[in-house]
Amino acid sequence: MRTATSADVTLHDASHGDEHGHGGAQIPHASMRDYLIGFGLSVVLTAIPFWLVMSDVLPSKAAAGFTIMGFAVAQIVVHMIYFLHMNAKSDDGWTMVALVFTLVLVVITLAGSLWVMHHLNVNMMPGQPAPDIT
Amino acid sequence: MARALTVAEVEASTFYDPHEHEHAAGGNTMLGFWIYLMSDCLIFAVMFAMYGVLGTSYAGGPTPKELFDLPLVAVNTTMLLLSSITYGFAMLEAQRRRVPMMLLWLGITGLFGAAFVGIELFEFSHMIHEGAGPGRSAFLSSFFALVGTHGLHVTCGIIWLVTLMVQVARRGIEPANHRRLACLSLFWHFLDVIWIGVFTFVYLLSTLR
Repeated sequence: MRTATSADVTLHDASHGDEHGHGGAQIPHASMRDYLIGFGLSVVLTAIPFWLVMSDVLPSKAAAGFTIMGFAVAQIVVHMIYFLHMNAKSDDGWTMVALVFTLVLVVITLAGSLWVMHHLNVNMMPGQPAPDIT
Repeated sequence: MARALTVAEVEASTFYDPHEHEHAAGGNTMLGFWIYLMSDCLIFAVMFAMYGVLGTSYAGGPTPKELFDLPLVAVNTTMLLLSSITYGFAMLEAQRRRVPMMLLWLGITGLFGAAFVGIELFEFSHMIHEGAGPGRSAFLSSFFALVGTHGLHVTCGIIWLVTLMVQVARRGIEPANHRRLACLSLFWHFLDVIWIGVFTFVYLLSTLR
């Protein structure tokens, strides 16, 4: 996977030197700014959905449901970028490939289960009260 | 002069990248740990799917609206979010190789984590006491399975965190320990990401229903 020329190795060593020579592990460089931005956004993105549900402000339940799901997705993205330091370049893009593949599996699992079981419920559950056997 | 290459030489030229040793041990650890987290993510996906399917099967028992104490969940969410930022501060101190400050932030992170688990256990025992234990209905079985699995992960994270604090206190932030801290950082923040799903889909959406 890694075919380093001697020039690459030199570059690599130089950059490792900057990061206190941590022995080749790809530890992302963190910054105070990233953590504070991530924390600030997370607080807002958590507080709003809790407020929406607890004070019952939105007129329809469906609207409230989709809104708080939207906030959840936004907060997950914020955490991925500012706390987990995700980017398309780390480990030659393999972390991103693994993430995208996992997301595909997650969507198939969730959507598939809900879809199949919903139809099972609709078709198999007695719609009418059970017959009176007494 | 021409001579036949020995088997070892052929193998060396074919299979070994002469510069491979430049990448010290653990060079792929972060990617490997990320792959582990992704598979853990699938475990949670299945748990969420289970809750999605069974979450409305109350069997005549208590409903989420009657059971869930949203202010308590908000406090719990705050604990986990605070522990995420304090772990971030610990990683910043680790970058500067300041052991005492890093240990302090790790300790605070552990306390927030313990508070989270404590509040969750309080919530669980309260529910079981009210007769809303995991055996009451399919909704409660899936609730305890999903939220309990997350709580178990956080508990494991706290044990790992304490172990690392001891290791760092004894051996400092050398490359191997820094790598371990970075792995636990991924694990800890990942658990916070899963919790976003839990408080949204389990607590908030079920209360809306």
